[in-house]
Amino acid sequence: MSLLKSRTGILVMIGIIVSLFVPVFVANKFYIDILSLILFSAFLGQSWNILGGYAGQFSFGGVIFFGTGAYASSILLTTFGIDPWIGIFAAIAAGALAGLFIGFISFRYGLRGSYFALITLAFSEVFRVIANSVEFTGGGVGIFIEHAPGIKNLQFTDPAGYYYMALVMVIISLAIAFWLERSRFGAYLIAIRENEDAAEALGVNAFRCKIYAIMITGAMGGAAGTFYAQKYLYIDPPIAYSIGMSVEMLLVTIVGGMGTVFGPLIGSFVLHTVNEVARHFIDTPGLSLIVYGVILVAIIGFLPNGLIGLFKSQKKQTGGKSDA
Amino acid sequence: MLEVKSLEAGYGLVQVLRGIDLNVNSGEIVAVLGSNGAGKSTLNNTISGLYKPFAGSIQFEGQEISGMASERIVEMGLVQVPEGRRVFPNLSVLENLEMGSYRRGKGNRAKNIEHILEIFPRLSARLKQLAGTLSGGEQQMVAIGRGLMAEPRLLILDEPSLGLSPLLVEQMFTLIKKINNDGLAIVLVEQNVVQSLAVADRAYVLENGEIALSGPASELIDDAQLKKSYLGI
Repeated sequence: MSLLKSRTGILVMIGIIVSLFVPVFVANKFYIDILSLILFSAFLGQSWNILGGYAGQFSFGGVIFFGTGAYASSILLTTFGIDPWIGIFAAIAAGALAGLFIGFISFRYGLRGSYFALITLAFSEVFRVIANSVEFTGGGVGIFIEHAPGIKNLQFTDPAGYYYMALVMVIISLAIAFWLERSRFGAYLIAIRENEDAAEALGVNAFRCKIYAIMITGAMGGAAGTFYAQKYLYIDPPIAYSIGMSVEMLLVTIVGGMGTVFGPLIGSFVLHTVNEVARHFIDTPGLSLIVYGVILVAIIGFLPNGLIGLFKSQKKQTGGKSDA
Repeated sequence: MLEVKSLEAGYGLVQVLRGIDLNVNSGEIVAVLGSNGAGKSTLNNTISGLYKPFAGSIQFEGQEISGMASERIVEMGLVQVPEGRRVFPNLSVLENLEMGSYRRGKGNRAKNIEHILEIFPRLSARLKQLAGTLSGGEQQMVAIGRGLMAEPRLLILDEPSLGLSPLLVEQMFTLIKKINNDGLAIVLVEQNVVQSLAVADRAYVLENGEIALSGPASELIDDAQLKKSYLGI
């Protein structure tokens, strides 16, 4: 059944149409800004989901690709005057190359599980230190981007502009995940996640598939970097290679549902909403974070398949063991 | 069909196999017997392309496959079912079976699933169940079924009886014979000497990475050295 004819497809189409009209009906710019943030976070989560959720390679360094992409387009813009429409493709390429570099080193030497997670964490620190030390990144001072609103510069005075940009990115990311779930390559990634040795015995080239997966993750992260740089007009090493952002991308995905098309979007929506609501209603400093944390623990503890597990059929889980 | 000559192989710099000569003819069950650490899995993985050999030759249907990528070897019809059952635990039985056919046999997927359910009828009722929730015997059926989905010409079964109860072990060997009756050549890598020799046509005994004994299964079962080493009699 094609996507457009399925129930999910119809719901997606309704969701896209409604999303297109949100800025028309929501007058408060603050809410539009929050929605942009949710979509941006969902996109980043989806980038992590390709490698972490589908291929089962948990990374604590998702931010590497974001930061590298942000620097790539920002340097091209501020040093060479190359506009961000070209810069975003350079950022995509830079993110993919960073993925290739890290993937080649990690997977060639057979790093899996916690070892892979730790090396990606270490790489994010290495990238941060390098960005802090070299001149072309602006060192510790960072890079300031000139405020020049206009579609040519991917800068908008109205938050709706960023909202639509983030929406397009999320739609593309959903399409990538949807394609992945139905492709042979996606099946290989899932096989690797489930049992790499068994996958290899079936003729899956795990090394090559993981390299492609980390490059897709890197490319998406790179695009997110350009979005961020053009929205906030500033990038420096602590922002570009922030461990907090790495954690956020895996968190939205785990909460929403790893290895699923809509998990990161659902996770991002719920986590950011809970965060904003907790901050709005709780005045005591720090208490909102505690409430946020408790909700997070509850979701992870009681819903191991993420929030999307609530909507999935339970039929597969049942059946019980036989004596055979 | 499969001809291994003077094979030397191992992990990294550690040599495990020394001068292995082995051959499998069409339609045969050939048992490779040996205790833990004898080099059985290294032999499997080298033939399947998962390890690169140090020296020697591996020919499958007349073509040199030594050092060839595992996906190419699977595409040629040489498929391994790894030890320890290794199903994809969070996928359903049906999804596990389908996974076996991406590299080879995709066009006949539905027909092959039907055939596998005829061999393993108890999987029919569990097609939608997560493979990780199945019992050990059923998981082994899924693992073998997944291998069969690739329409192998030669199937390597790595310790299919490992961890199964005695009754199930007997059933498993009966099923292996049943699969072989369709004309499929099988390399049966096992520690269970008695059951393996009962179903195999020929056998090789691996000891410390070398072939210590080989010959027709019916003769090996009476071999004094084998009886002493493996059966304690």
